[in-house]
Amino acid sequence: MKLCSLNQIAAAVVLSLAVAGCSTLGGGGSGSGDGAAVSDAGSATSAADAAGAWRGNPLDNPNSPLAIRTIFFDYDESQIREDHREVVIAHGKYLATNPNVTVTVEGHADERGSREYNIALGERRANAVRSLMMTQGASDNQIHTVSYGEERPLMVGADEDAWSQNRRAELLY
Amino acid sequence: MNKILVLFIVLFWHFQAFAALTIEITEGAEGALPLAVVPFGWEGTGVGPSQDIAAIVSGDLSRSGRFKTLPESDMLARPHSDAEVEFRDWKVLGMENLVVGRIQPNGADGYLVRFQLFDVFKGSLLTGYSIPATEADLRATAHRIADLIYETLTGEKGAFSTRIAYVESIPAADGKTRVTLRVADADGYNPQTILNSPDPILSPAWSPDGLRLAYVSFVRGKPVIFVQEVFTGQRQQVAAYNGINGAPAWSPDGRQLAMTLSKDGNPEIYILNLATKALRRLTDHYAIDTEPAWSPDGRNIVFTSDRGGKPQIYRVPVSGGRLERLTFEGDYNARASYSPDGKSLVLVTRQGKSYRIGALQLGSGRLQVLSGGVLDESPSFAPNGNMIIYATKTRGKHELAAVSADGRVRQRLTLEGGGDVREPVWSPFAKSNRRNQ
Repeated sequence: MKLCSLNQIAAAVVLSLAVAGCSTLGGGGSGSGDGAAVSDAGSATSAADAAGAWRGNPLDNPNSPLAIRTIFFDYDESQIREDHREVVIAHGKYLATNPNVTVTVEGHADERGSREYNIALGERRANAVRSLMMTQGASDNQIHTVSYGEERPLMVGADEDAWSQNRRAELLY
Repeated sequence: MNKILVLFIVLFWHFQAFAALTIEITEGAEGALPLAVVPFGWEGTGVGPSQDIAAIVSGDLSRSGRFKTLPESDMLARPHSDAEVEFRDWKVLGMENLVVGRIQPNGADGYLVRFQLFDVFKGSLLTGYSIPATEADLRATAHRIADLIYETLTGEKGAFSTRIAYVESIPAADGKTRVTLRVADADGYNPQTILNSPDPILSPAWSPDGLRLAYVSFVRGKPVIFVQEVFTGQRQQVAAYNGINGAPAWSPDGRQLAMTLSKDGNPEIYILNLATKALRRLTDHYAIDTEPAWSPDGRNIVFTSDRGGKPQIYRVPVSGGRLERLTFEGDYNARASYSPDGKSLVLVTRQGKSYRIGALQLGSGRLQVLSGGVLDESPSFAPNGNMIIYATKTRGKHELAAVSADGRVRQRLTLEGGGDVREPVWSPFAKSNRRNQ
């Protein structure tokens, strides 16, 4: 369940998605959640079959890490947090295996500080997501980035609850 | 990208009979000069002019923080000219200065506005003018009178005839937000919308001649820098590269625009020659470099960079060369701009958990915190250097506020209605003087 721990985004609902997500990724149940297991497509298929295979577009599978489209960041940081890396990696792999698919990565910041600096910070977050996806084989021309800085908050509010939701990158397919 | 698109955009004129912004002085100044502005007399027939000139002059002067004006209800007399003034009436009230005036008909639909300024203790006339006006420019005439009084009494130029630009977000009927770029008189009256967009508008910046605004507007999910003529609405797209096109800043001669572009990988400061379209890169670092601002002598640019790990203010000669870090206090200093005399910077500084407006004295390196909010941003000097306007957030709403350059007088400017007001920027002094309406 090592893989699953990477997906503990926050709420129980997300966690349940993550547990199921392990099946699709191939690590579920095997207990060997290392890199090799993730890329082991054979075991993924059997595990997924046992749980009921998803036959539609992988992006639409609610049990896949691909269902998670928002990556959160720490204050004034653009480094992808450990608990979010696996989601970004899954998207990178998906893009690598689907070279005709393109995605827009929107970078966002919380409302504190100056607006243009936050535009720059949002761009750096979007670029961090892009870089990690490219290490998985996604190509540059599949990924479009844009930063809205603090202009498009997810949550209205002036406390850490709201701010932590607003410091994010969003993947829009 | 050298191609310049010339676009004509629709102007949304929102003439409003009343102020869109109400101004409230939240903290007064010690040592403000006591002054009385007597309601001006009307010497014609009929109802007379639509504006209360004395009230506008009085409001301007008290907002500067330099004057404490006498309420009309406390006045013992209502003189309109030197012949009617009894200095004793004003001495007893502790007034140091007195303004009286009268308005006469002038032609078919014009006025002649006369005023006189007195030193109450010496019992002498300091200055007096007769100014022709029309119904449409009565407010402008009042601001001009306030400027003349201010300059006579303080020795500094008044900034009451200037304007402010700001970005206002208004919830629309469809549940979405309309974002508008607006220009209003410095006292908040006559707000006019010069751009209306469903997407964010950022970083308005006045050209030094006060005729154009540069700003960032998102077009089809992409930030673009435009330069727009304020009066005609004609605009040009000046930067639409891949990535960030942001933070436009005019050179003092109005010929160049410093800006932030990330087209080469990460945000760097560039200088665009507006006539030749030549683009020159000024900074080169993998960190964030943004928010450029020119020194008044045009020689240096200050900007925000996190090359030291946290955002701080740096200075670089416009010709390129050695970089110098200017801020060392705290872990967040951003969006600096110069005072008109070039001796200090205003900036956003983090103090504990609050983001406040600070003034950095360039000589001593001393940083003085001027504002008291938790989320203050976008400071902009009045062209006479006396006041700083900025954006603040109170009770979940973004409003404008102003503080005197010495930090002693604070004001809150509240918008009527439900809009969020941000990114204020004070215009330069008008070069070609008043427009005719």
